Amino acid sequence: MDKYGEAYWKATLGLLTKILAVWFLVSFGAGILFADILNGIHLGGYPLGFWFAHQGSIYVFVALIFIYAKKMGEIDRKFDVHEE
Amino acid sequence: MWARAGSTSEFYVAGGGVGPRINGMATAADWMSAALFISMAGLISNMGYGGGLFLMGWTGGYVLLALLLAPYLRKFGKFTVPQFIGDRYYSQTASTVAVICLLTASLTYVIGQMTGVGVAFSRFLGVSNETGIYVGMGIVFMYAVLGGMKGITYTQVAQYVVLIFAYTVPAIFISMHLTGNPIPQLGLGANMAGTDVSLLQKLDQVVTDLGFGQYTTTTAGSTLNMFVYTLSLMIGTAGLPHVIMRFFTVPSVAAARASAGWALVFIALLYTTAPAVGAMAKFNLLSTVNTAVATGGDLYAADASIKYEERPDWMARWEKTGLLKFEDKNGDGRIQYYKDDSKNEEALAKAEAAGWKGNELNVNADIIVLANPEIALLPNWVIALVAAGGLAAALSTAAGLLLAISSAISHDLVKGVFNPNISEKGELMAGKIAMAVSIVVAGYLGLNPPGFAAGTVALAFGIAASSLFPAIMMGIFSKKMNKEGAIAGMLAGLGITLFYVFAHKGIFFIKGTEYLDLIGGKNPFFGITPEAFGAVGALFNFIVAFVVDKFTKEPPEHIQALVENVRVPRGSKAVDGSHAH
Repeated sequence: MDKYGEAYWKATLGLLTKILAVWFLVSFGAGILFADILNGIHLGGYPLGFWFAHQGSIYVFVALIFIYAKKMGEIDRKFDVHEE
Repeated sequence: MWARAGSTSEFYVAGGGVGPRINGMATAADWMSAALFISMAGLISNMGYGGGLFLMGWTGGYVLLALLLAPYLRKFGKFTVPQFIGDRYYSQTASTVAVICLLTASLTYVIGQMTGVGVAFSRFLGVSNETGIYVGMGIVFMYAVLGGMKGITYTQVAQYVVLIFAYTVPAIFISMHLTGNPIPQLGLGANMAGTDVSLLQKLDQVVTDLGFGQYTTTTAGSTLNMFVYTLSLMIGTAGLPHVIMRFFTVPSVAAARASAGWALVFIALLYTTAPAVGAMAKFNLLSTVNTAVATGGDLYAADASIKYEERPDWMARWEKTGLLKFEDKNGDGRIQYYKDDSKNEEALAKAEAAGWKGNELNVNADIIVLANPEIALLPNWVIALVAAGGLAAALSTAAGLLLAISSAISHDLVKGVFNPNISEKGELMAGKIAMAVSIVVAGYLGLNPPGFAAGTVALAFGIAASSLFPAIMMGIFSKKMNKEGAIAGMLAGLGITLFYVFAHKGIFFIKGTEYLDLIGGKNPFFGITPEAFGAVGALFNFIVAFVVDKFTKEPPEHIQALVENVRVPRGSKAVDGSHAH
């Protein structure tokens, strides 16, 4: 792989890492590991940990994919590897 | 119709020119199988907070799919998963092993599917669950063989619309009724209509009074099990061939990324409604059999439990299917519904003082969604709508799964391995036969299902997670992964997962062949249940693959170049079906 390609792949992996970190934090973090602690806080009638497990993570997942698609498009164009 | 599809390529990928939004909707329809549509909210209803593992697991997987697999597989441009594995690992053996993994996962999924189909048909034809499965097998067979895949993407958009209405309309009614808020996602977090007590608080109080675990905090097993279970479903989602195949039908790499997002939007509509359906159904069920739930009176009062003779019609209808059972243990003619093996001593003492002799009502979790509008006494057209949804769900996923099975057998196995010169007609015929056989096998095993529909489906996800996902992911993200590593990894992951699952559920899910003693009792591996074991299997797969890879030859130069090529979007072409090893 030429230098340019390597830089592209590095930028891609960097984006993936950031997005997967959020993915992990909302579901496994807020929804499972820290659910008990977060349940002390309420969001309307929802205990917060319960909300993350039953609602919140899903909303964040949707947002994450669209953010990823948009940022990847930018990276593609920056390195001039986008589809014609 | 498939017989009329111009080529195998049209048959498998519907022409390859479907936009991301439409493709997302079709993916969502494929995804909402009978098992998920019918069974999931019922399990959440039973499990409470712990049921969140289904919600997070079956949506979070789309993030993995969008980031790690879909765009690269689309760039690769072949239309089956075994083809990718065979080409990337320059080995027919790797492709064949992938076919075996795919068949095991898909077939297990179809078993869960048939369980759900049986529930739906038994209720609406007023027959036993067993007869319901036979009828379902017949209809799925006709649908799969006559329906075919060409143009099915658009059929599935229609199915999605039916599904989502069928799921949300009753939820809106019930949410409105209980909380005054028509949006179920908000209603679940709202106060009970006319009070300042939240629905979840009230539900928590009622279930704990009756000896059940608190609704908003009870987990399925340990936190570790919930963690691993969720992970297993996520990885499995990204590794299930019938889901992955959907991303071959989009026109470009960019569209593959967006398509995963749109699929999740349409799936999220249903998945964020499901927890409201589950919790509200639980509340309505409890307040139906125990009048003190609504009034706030003493749940253990002599006249609080309803008389069996005065039970609502829906209970009588479901009793016919054998999925709802009443047994008058204390002979007072009333239905006592509580947790009789509770750890809550206070609840048990109250029950004993009231002369209760054990729980008398047994409600199969799989009937909750279908019975939900009846429990809430909603109008008949809503009940009919849910029925239509259940049936649409059954048919749409059956189609997707059977396609994955038939393409694996006819395209990857028969054409790819045994008879490369087979005609297109012969290939299609082999596919049809494969479909028919898998329907019969799944129906037979569905008569004695290994668990609730959603639980059985979870096993399928575990199998996909432990076998296919690691091989595909390493194929993209590790240039140096070679065929020896990938093959050993897939076999190890699949092997250990099946070993653990079969120990609990019987060899090939045949009742009576369980071998729990051999592995030291139930859930011997850190208390992890067989449904959750897929993530452990996947880890095992990765480790074995890397170790074997270390001691064997690097992949050839052209394969490493192929991986580099797959990583960049430019130069994406239409998919094709040729095998090149």
